[in-house]
This record gives sequence, structure tokens and C-alpha cells, in this order.
Amino acid sequence: MTSLLSLQGVSKRFGGLQALTKVSFDLPEGQILGLIGPNGAGKTTLFNAINGVYPPEEGSILFRGRDVTRFKPYEHARLGMARTHQIVQPLNELTVRENVMVGACFGHENHSLGQAARIADEVLEFVGLAVRSEQLAGSLNVAQKKRLELARALAARPHLLLLDEVLAGLNSSEIDGMVQTVLKIREQGVTILMIEHVMKVVMNVSDRIIVLDYGQQIAEGSPQEIAANQRVIEAYLGDPKLAESLMEEA
Amino acid sequence: MQQFNLLLASLPDGILLGFVYGLAAMGLTLIWGVMNVINLAHGPIIALGMFSTFFVYSKLGLNPYLGVVPIALLGLLFGILIYAVAVHRVINAPHLSSLLATFSVNMIIIGLGTAALTTSPYNVDFFAGSLQLGSTTLLGTRLIAAFVTLLFTGGLYFFLYRTRPGKHIRAVANNRAAAELMGIPSTRILALSFGLGTMLAAVSGALIATFFPFNILSGGGYELKSFVIGVLGGLGNPIGALFGGLILGMLEGIIPAFLETSWVPVIEFGLFVAILLVRPNGLFGAKK
Amino acid sequence: MKLWNQYRGLIAPVLVVALLAVWPMLTGKPANRESAFTILKAIALASSLNILLGYTGYVSFGHIVFYGFGGYVGIFLLSGMGWPLWASILAGGLASGLLAFLLGSAILRLRGGYFALATIGVNEAMRAFINKFDLFGGPTGITLNFSVYKAYGGAAQALQTSFYIGAALALLALAISYLVRTSKFGLGLLAIRENEDAAEVMGIAAPWAKTWAYVLSAIVPGMIGVLFFFKNGNVEPGDAFPLHASIELLVMVMLGGQGTVLGPILGAFAYQGMRGYLVTSPVFKDIQLSVSGALLLLIVLFIPAGAIGWLRQRVPLLRRVLA
Repeated sequence: MTSLLSLQGVSKRFGGLQALTKVSFDLPEGQILGLIGPNGAGKTTLFNAINGVYPPEEGSILFRGRDVTRFKPYEHARLGMARTHQIVQPLNELTVRENVMVGACFGHENHSLGQAARIADEVLEFVGLAVRSEQLAGSLNVAQKKRLELARALAARPHLLLLDEVLAGLNSSEIDGMVQTVLKIREQGVTILMIEHVMKVVMNVSDRIIVLDYGQQIAEGSPQEIAANQRVIEAYLGDPKLAESLMEEA
Repeated sequence: MQQFNLLLASLPDGILLGFVYGLAAMGLTLIWGVMNVINLAHGPIIALGMFSTFFVYSKLGLNPYLGVVPIALLGLLFGILIYAVAVHRVINAPHLSSLLATFSVNMIIIGLGTAALTTSPYNVDFFAGSLQLGSTTLLGTRLIAAFVTLLFTGGLYFFLYRTRPGKHIRAVANNRAAAELMGIPSTRILALSFGLGTMLAAVSGALIATFFPFNILSGGGYELKSFVIGVLGGLGNPIGALFGGLILGMLEGIIPAFLETSWVPVIEFGLFVAILLVRPNGLFGAKK
Repeated sequence: MKLWNQYRGLIAPVLVVALLAVWPMLTGKPANRESAFTILKAIALASSLNILLGYTGYVSFGHIVFYGFGGYVGIFLLSGMGWPLWASILAGGLASGLLAFLLGSAILRLRGGYFALATIGVNEAMRAFINKFDLFGGPTGITLNFSVYKAYGGAAQALQTSFYIGAALALLALAISYLVRTSKFGLGLLAIRENEDAAEVMGIAAPWAKTWAYVLSAIVPGMIGVLFFFKNGNVEPGDAFPLHASIELLVMVMLGGQGTVLGPILGAFAYQGMRGYLVTSPVFKDIQLSVSGALLLLIVLFIPAGAIGWLRQRVPLLRRVLA
């Protein structure tokens, strides 16, 4: 089994705050790895470390066999890594299609504008935003902006997709739609690392799960193992009953 | 030895001038710190301060320093007016908008000022005695100006750290959205900050008027110096501006002893760009 | 048909410049040539600035530094080294491009107001330095010997030639602006303008893209500088690096609509037209600066997208034509 992404002892500090402490894991190709933990546990920081927004001080990150620890975000993108942001970052004054074209143009496949426009239309169809493609991105509502984030990342046709809470702020029918979309993405062979708070979904969708608490990796395993892990229950789930219900879901 | 004598003659003068530069820059940097707006109307306001002193001294025949307090008050009100008319609507817009908005205020003042006052030089011919220290002469007007600057700096410090509106200003500077959630009326605080920044500019102009001849365009040079000082002391750090002003004043005192005076702007602006690149938060600012 | 689709946005700009170029000949008044040259120069400079300001979102308050620096280099080569006009113009453009490349690598790391301040600093430092630089004549600058114009058929003919070169440079600026706007590189710049961090995450090498946008926005101003000072007969620090001219350019771009190809053209016309009217009007002559200021303020406060941007927002159909 080849790892697409492999972290070894990744640590990150902001001033006096130790945001990440020696995080290590392997993500095999084609899998979905769920990343969970309480607020402030360092999940988004881990994403930022992986894709070069805030490179780690210690440890190394291997992506597709290359050491990318010190790479800039755009170098990661060009190697085939794409991500969505927890707080949506639409390019407001560009149209929805142009937003998605940016993803296609500057990803690892390096498409021309014409090809990018075709890819954008396909992807917008896929995420259900085709009717909005001529609208300015700034005029979308939150759920649509989340889909746009996803579409932009997908248009890059990435090897690895980092999803940062794509479900947050969505209502239950929107969540169902988004989950279907994520599963379809996996079917296309894209490897996914996802941060998610909606437990039902993480437990159902992930092949494996990692739990972070105060920047420490406190558990790793299959959804069933995680739901039964005493440390996880204490740190995160708090309520053993909740854990039980989770186990049922899983 | 000759250089040393030159230095003795020019350095104290430069330092005293530095106080007033610092005062002007304090106004600019206060506004920047609170609302992230570069006030391009800063220069003309300094010039208006100069003309106010001219009015007090030459038209009313009063001691020019009697004008400082009324000028400060008028400056405050004028700043609040500018904020309400030109700045408030663009406070959350991209930088270009607030830059152009304050620049249009600059154009309006300069245009009206040129029409009313022409661009020929004015002079406040006031002598406040002098102090002889060895071979160095310190002019009374400059000593008084430095003293007034210290008073205003102290006052500003007290206001920002010891009074309720001052604390509100610091809160808004720190995080406007959070301050609003805490119930701080941010619009009023922003207007007050802009008023204070304008007040400091006007007072600095009022003091400079007793040093050199001036016209309505004279503020421009001090505006540029205020940028340099603001960056030296850390944009958004009013107290740092005083130190920045002193550094600039010292440079202006030291450089002429070794190089031609015309090198001063080359060095000043070179330094300015260099500091922006290396320490954008200023020599005393926290490194991000 | 494909060609038509690709370049139709260029039609209006090319028409405008062509009309300006033939206007003095049609009316037969030499004074019109001067007004037309002023507008062409404004179009060239504003369109160049627009690449950085409108597409990339970086506010340069000292863009005129490229005009002055290129102008100085070109005039020095023309007058001191005996280079022909065309070569001097090219050299001026290249010199400014190179300056932008070196500067850009450093100051484009700064964002927002810090970048704007740095560009003011660069302009002032350059002015102060040239003022001390003996090779370029120090404070008195360089004055062209009248005999220089002989090679171009005398002063009158040289003025005529300069006018057409000015039109060509305006076209060049518009072509660069259009090609950038409709290219993949341009899409990257727009993404940087909207959100630089997100753009980097999507794979745009922002430092590289910004530097090249800066270089592209500096070349034509350098060439225009050489041409203008050639026509003028001399160059001195005050004329080469006027800070207020940088701001006038910002106003033109803002008036017409930043980030569009047509905007700077419209802005150049509107601004120069307004100025021309105010300076000669008996009512406003004395306070023309204040009236301009008040108008600028109204535009900034109420139509910040500029004329073209406003039209594009109101009439979506026009988006296809108004590039």
C-alpha cells in the first residue's frame, strides 16, 4: 500500500502556543481520513502545515514521495494538493465560473483558459452550481459558497483533497447533498483528508480517523475503534452516551 | 574638528525640530492605527495650522502660543467633520477608496487655500529669546515647541490609557468588530480618533509656523516626513512616533555635518523603504 | 469567428486611439494635437497602472517613478550617447521594466497601505537621488540640444512624429492591458486581487505573478517618459517625478473603472476634459483643484466601481462588450 501523504513528527508553534506536537500519520491512496477533535485542537493548523500556509518547524511532510515540508502553498497546489477553507474564501468580484477556472488553470494539470472553462462547467454541474456560473461569487449564499470552495478544489483534479468543515453551517438536507458529493469524489479515486464536526458523517464516511487534542494526536484507528477509545471519549466526546450512539452509527 | 563644530551647531536644532516632526507624525499614525486609513489630507491640515498661527499673531496681534489651544479644538472639530463627510462611507472599502477620499480632501483644502491665500510665502516673525550653550544657540521658539509637544504627548498618553473614550479608542484599534460587540459606539470613536489625529497635525503646523516661512503647500513636506516617522516608530503607535520624530530630527542634524544637505531626503526615503521592507511594524513595533 | 470573439474587446479601444490620432489632421488645428497628445499620454499611463492597480489590486502611489526614470535613461542615451529616438524609447522602457523587476521583488511583499507608502517612498527617494546624480545633470537635469531634432526633419516635424509615436505607445499599452486581461496570467492576477492567500492555495505563484504585473505596468510609462521629454526638450527632477501625477493616474483609473480595459481610456478623457474645462472656466478657474477634489470625493463615495464598472453592474449584457 503506497502512502500518498505521510507526516512524521510534525510540530508547529505560534509564539508561546504549541499548536501541534509531533503529529505523524500515513494516508494511503484512495482512502478518506477523518480528522476530529475539539475546537482549538489544531486541526486547521495541521491543514495549514500540510499545504504550506504555515510550514512546520519540526518534522517532515512527504507528498507523493517528495519532501514538501518547506514548500509554498502554490507549490503544493502544483503537485496536486487542493483544499477548501473552513471560512469560505470566494473571489467575490469574479464569476462563479471564473472562480472554478482558477482552480483548473493553476492546479497540477496546468490547463489553458479554454480547457479550464470546460472543466469548470463539468465541475459546477457535478456540485450543482451550474445555473449560477455567471453570477458573481460574492452574491452566493453560504451553502453555495461552500459548494464553490469544493468545486474550485475539484477543478484542480487533485491527488489529495483537504476538506475543512465543508458541512459546517449547512442544514440537514444540504448536508445530505454534500455527503453524496464527497462520496462521489472518492469514487473518482481522489484521496481525502477531512476535518469534520458532524460525527454521524465522519463515522460513516471515513476509512480511518485521527483525533487531535491540544495539538497532540491522541488516537488513530477505524471509526469503531475511535468510538470505543476511552481517551477520545474523555477528551472530546465527553458524554459516554454520545459515544455509544456514535458506535451505533458506525 | 570643523565637522564636530558643525555637528554641535546643527544637532540640537535637529533634535528640537524632531519633537515637532514627531507631533505631526503622531496624528498620522493614530489615525492609521485606529482605522487603517492613510490620511493624505495630513499635509494641508498642517498648513492650515501654520496659517492659524499667522492669523493669531499677525492679524489679531496676540502671542502666537495663545493660539495653540483654540487651534487644537478647531483641529479636532475639523477632523470630525472630515471623517463624517469623506471617510465614514469608505471605512470598510478597499484601501484605494480611503486613500483617494482623503486625497480629495487634500485637493479641496489646497484649492481653496491657494485661491484665498496664494502660494507666496507667509512668515510669523516672532522671537522668543534664545539660549546660549557654549557655541550653540537654541532658539526660544524651538524650545517652546518641544515643550508643547511633550505636553501634547503626555496628554495623549493620559487620554488613551486613563480615560474611558481613550480606552475605547484602543479597543477599536485592536479589534473593531469585537469592540462593537462589547457595546462600544465605534462610529463615534472612529470620528473622535480622526479628530484627534487632525488636531495633532494642526498643532504641529501651528508650532512650525514660528520656525520657517510657509505657504499652503508647505504641509506636503511634513506629510512625507510623517510617513517616514510613522514607519520608523511603527505605524499605529503614537508614542513611537515621538521617538521616530527625534530620530529623524537627529539624522537631519547629523547628516549636514558630513554630507551636503541635499543628501538628507535621499537618506530619509531610502531608510523609509528599507525599514518598511525589514520591519514593517517599525523599529519599536512587535515583530509579526 | 473565433478570432472575433477573442479580440472584439479591443475594437473600441483601438477605434478611440485611431480617432485621437487623426483628429488633429482632420481639424487642422495644431492646438488640438497637443490636447490629443495629453489624452494619449494619459491613456497609456493609466492603462499601464491599471495592470497593477485594477487587475492585481496593488495601489501604487508612486507609479510616475517609472515615467521619470525611463525618461531620464532615454534622454541621457539620446542626448549624451547620441542614440536614435526609437532605441532610446526602447531603452527607457526596458530600464523602467528592470527597475520594476528589482523593486517588485522587494516591495510587493508589502500589502495594502504599506505597499502604497513604499511606492511613495521609492518615488521620493528616486527624485532626491536623481537630484544628486551628476551624470543626469543633478537638479538642472538634461536639456536637449536643438540640433537633436535635425535628424527628425526639424523641431516641427519632430513634434509631429512624436505625436504618432505617442499614439502607437497608447495602443501598445492598451494591447498589453487587453492581452493580460484575457489571459490565464490575468486570471491569476484577478485572483490575487480578490484574495491573495486563497489564490496561492489554488496554485498561483503570487510573488512571481505580482512582479511580472509590476514589470508590465512599468514598461510603457518608461517609454512615454522618453517620448515626452524628447518632445519637451528637457527633463528635470521636478517634472520627472511629480507625486501628484501618480495620484492623477489613480483618479483616472478609478473614474473610468479599475480592472477593465476601457475604464482607463474613459477616465483619461473624463479627467483631462474636466481639467481642461475647469482651468479655462471663468467661474472655476481659481478653485479648479477644489472642484476636482469635490468631484473625486463624490465618485469615491458613491460610484467606487467607476463608470465602466457601474455600467457592467447595471447592464449585465454589456459585460460581453465592455472588457
